[in-house]
Amino acid sequence: MAKVGLDGHDRGAKIIARALRDAGMEVIYTGLHQTPEQVVEATIQEDADAIGVSILSGAHMTLLPRIVDLLKENDAEDVLVFCGGTIPKEDIPKLKEAGVGEVFTPGTPTKKAVEYLRRAVPSAS
Amino acid sequence: MASKGKREGREKESASALAEGVVAGDKRSLARAISKIERGDENLPALFSELYPRTGEAITIGFTGPPGVGKSSIIAKLIRLYRDEDKKVGVVSVDPSSPFTKGAILGDRIRLADHFLDKDVFIRSMGSRGHLGGLAAASRLAGMTMEAAGFDVILYETVGVGQGEVEVASAADTVVLCLQPGAGDAVQALKAGVMEVADVFCINKADHPQARGTAAEVRSILEIGHELDPDAPVPPIVLTRGDTGEGVAELEKAIEAHRGHLIETGGMERRRRASLRDFVISWATGRLEKEMEERLRGEDADVMERVYERRLDPIAASGKILRQA
Repeated sequence: MAKVGLDGHDRGAKIIARALRDAGMEVIYTGLHQTPEQVVEATIQEDADAIGVSILSGAHMTLLPRIVDLLKENDAEDVLVFCGGTIPKEDIPKLKEAGVGEVFTPGTPTKKAVEYLRRAVPSAS
Repeated sequence: MASKGKREGREKESASALAEGVVAGDKRSLARAISKIERGDENLPALFSELYPRTGEAITIGFTGPPGVGKSSIIAKLIRLYRDEDKKVGVVSVDPSSPFTKGAILGDRIRLADHFLDKDVFIRSMGSRGHLGGLAAASRLAGMTMEAAGFDVILYETVGVGQGEVEVASAADTVVLCLQPGAGDAVQALKAGVMEVADVFCINKADHPQARGTAAEVRSILEIGHELDPDAPVPPIVLTRGDTGEGVAELEKAIEAHRGHLIETGGMERRRRASLRDFVISWATGRLEKEMEERLRGEDADVMERVYERRLDPIAASGKILRQA
């Protein structure tokens, strides 16, 4: 789970982290204000299967494609990227086009995120 | 999905190709090798047999202590000092897994964020449960894999609660116990366990009004040990601040002095031998445990039924699955 950019609200990230833990997954939380470079480096060192990015700042159209590109540069495009936060509806298809696996908007039950990850990353738990 | 096929391909990559990548210092290879340790992968023995001859040169330091005392913050500052000396630093950071789901939230990286982009710092988090051969063996394997990849200093970090966690730190050349001021009773409670394995004491949050008092209290406990056994040196106590880095240079010196003393007295050799011996025993025990589980699920499934029905006692049953009766 990662928080990127200038966005200090991580309750959502923590709730998802907790839900995934309770589903038997190992969740690494990077902390606030990370750059895409830091997140991707952490992903590589931890050999993570997926990156969950929580964004409430509005910078999703910049930061998420950057993460996807950095994964490619590091020969790690097999890592799933999904995100949650205040993402306008019209941006969702663009993000998916850019390589984001799934976008969860506010009010999504945590169960949906868990089920999605179990489906997308069978080795996760 | 093409990308998924790629990931599956990696699972199958040969042990020697992966070992080659690790030794060449390739980070993805190192990361995947550690994942094989965590999964108890079938290729692990072949992989490790290639890596092991390249280990044994690194400085290893274990950090332990109660949650929240600032271990990760001190480690972050200490990494800076080692990097100034141009040493490559690997960190194995263990966080508790849930006993119910085996899931875990691993948060120690947060304090180490400054070092994420340093290519000569490698940080790996591990959950504490579900490792073949026990936590200490698994974390040791991860650390040794980093050694084989050319890291000069390996730091092991665990919460100092529970035998398994303490063992992680105590397998290192030098064990640092981190404490914080105002935890008087906690120090008393720790006395019998982790206090005895610590080589260096670190009282963090040195700006706290009770910091010196806590240091004095720890010293008085340690001096009792020294009176009872005059050959045992009184371990140094260092006051630090994880936020500013104050005292961390003294901590590094104390660690270095401990290493020097160990090497001089031959203690290093004894210690490393004991730690490798523990490793072999715990790995063998882990394999045996797995095999016993399998027997109880398979060919010896009836044994437990007889125990439940009070027809066979548990001690006799253990003899049966061990094929001793």
